[in-house]
Amino acid sequence: MSTDINIVISEWSYLAAAVLFVLGLRALSSPTTARRGMFLAETGMALAVVGTLLYTHVLTWIYIAVGAAVGSVIGALMAIFMPMTAMPQRIALSHSFGALAAVLVGCFKYLEYGGAGLGRLRMTALGFEVMFGALTVTGSLMAFGKLQGIVRGAPITYRGQNIFNIALFFSAVGLFLYLLVDPNNAAVFYTMMAAGFVVGILIVMPIGGADMPVVISLLNSYAGLAAAATGIAIDNKVLIIAGSLDGTSGFFLSILMSRAMNRSFANVLFGAVGAAPAESDQQTETRTVIRYTPEDAKLVLENAASVIIIPGYGMAVAQAQHIVHEMTNLLVARGATVRYAIHPVAGRMPGHMNVLLAEANVPYEQLFEMDHINDDFQNTDVVVVVGANDVTNPAARHKKSSPLFGMPILNADQARHVIVLKRSMGAGFAGEDNELFYNPKTMMVLGDAKQTLTHIVQHLKK
Amino acid sequence: MTSLLLATTEAAGHAVHTLPPMDFGRLMFYLFILVLAGFLGFEVIGRVSPTLHTPLMSATNAISGISLVGSLVAASGQYSLTSSILGMIAVCAATINVVGGFMITDRMLKMFRKKDQGGRK
Repeated sequence: MSTDINIVISEWSYLAAAVLFVLGLRALSSPTTARRGMFLAETGMALAVVGTLLYTHVLTWIYIAVGAAVGSVIGALMAIFMPMTAMPQRIALSHSFGALAAVLVGCFKYLEYGGAGLGRLRMTALGFEVMFGALTVTGSLMAFGKLQGIVRGAPITYRGQNIFNIALFFSAVGLFLYLLVDPNNAAVFYTMMAAGFVVGILIVMPIGGADMPVVISLLNSYAGLAAAATGIAIDNKVLIIAGSLDGTSGFFLSILMSRAMNRSFANVLFGAVGAAPAESDQQTETRTVIRYTPEDAKLVLENAASVIIIPGYGMAVAQAQHIVHEMTNLLVARGATVRYAIHPVAGRMPGHMNVLLAEANVPYEQLFEMDHINDDFQNTDVVVVVGANDVTNPAARHKKSSPLFGMPILNADQARHVIVLKRSMGAGFAGEDNELFYNPKTMMVLGDAKQTLTHIVQHLKK
Repeated sequence: MTSLLLATTEAAGHAVHTLPPMDFGRLMFYLFILVLAGFLGFEVIGRVSPTLHTPLMSATNAISGISLVGSLVAASGQYSLTSSILGMIAVCAATINVVGGFMITDRMLKMFRKKDQGGRK
């Protein structure tokens, strides 16, 4: 049997696409090569699409054309107009779209071929794809809702929640296993899918904002695994490879994030229950902080030879990244060295702070990872904490009862002076009072970070 | 190898509406691809600069929008109306990720610059 020339072309285009994807991701190892790498990946994508269209017997173009046109317009509009501060939401949303495509392709396969046509082994891949895909669709939408502020960001909990969620998840798995025995039972197939959708909502509902970096990474991983399972179910090797790369990338980031929080996946997914309120009876001992003004902060800053800035989610909320950069420039002009210390879980997703600071034109050489800068705090004159809290709390080092205990933190307390810009004296996400704020060398400047920094900049300019 | 190629043909809907049997050998072949690509992914992604972790997420997302390939087949019009509509929505969702994902990744990467490189667009 001779092989159709179109198949030969498309198979080679898939191989080329797979190679280009890997090369593209490898180029992300440095900001200097990253854009070129993405161009390679885009070329790979174009090749794969052309290859597919070549050997797909397209009877009517209307569905493809409408779908592609609407998708391109929505995608392009989102890419152009979405503000950088909304990036976590946009990433969450894209996991949802990716998983939705996987679920729909799974439904299509089941609809057309039925359980008998698919066979048991293919049904395994398809069931996995549809279940994980469904879970990711709604889970990501829920994460999107929380990040966008549509759904209440705080953990939503009720009694027996974990038991209920776990029970539901295992019923979905049970239905999946039943399908392998009786693949023709369409009712079970669609019930399993529905259960997946519900599990996705319920599992993300109790998770609070500061745990979002782990959740987004995990959902990234699920979306990739669903895509890889789709590849197996529809015999497409490049889909298996791309899905696997996406899945491991998400998994890698999840591990990195939970390590930076000193928490396990299970703890993040099931640990929200009661974690925050349990710690609220701590303020019985009245400790006082002295409030300082922006002018006080300026006096300390203008004499500093070395400054480290610690940005946190509060900087994103206050949109203060531009004014931070302006202050940095003024200090550098006075001869100080200024660096940024980035905690891995600062913000709401991996790399959140880096993107915001890049948007404000901060050169990436000024950004330092925790491990590379933590030993330098002791030789630093002033640390400026902009909207960060838990990642600087010294309680993580010694207080065994603290929920933060064991989490790697930035050694802000070792600097000679610490300036903390914060909206209010409220505790951080973990509900743990920050000991740093009560340290005698700490200057608390309360108020909107952007306004405070604007005042400091005005004073520095004088 | 011919049979593996054939599998792709028929899955892509060359008029024949039956699937090649998924036997143990074929499933294992796919699992080998999956697992080895996963290890490769770990090696490659472990080297990605932490400063680019957000662009990494949007890039891998755009790449996994390759499920567009499966959606195109569903939307090709050779199956039932329901399948065509499912396919159309899937094409739309996947295209949002591919087009939007690559565009926003590039928009982010453009912002990462070194000192004294302000003029670069």
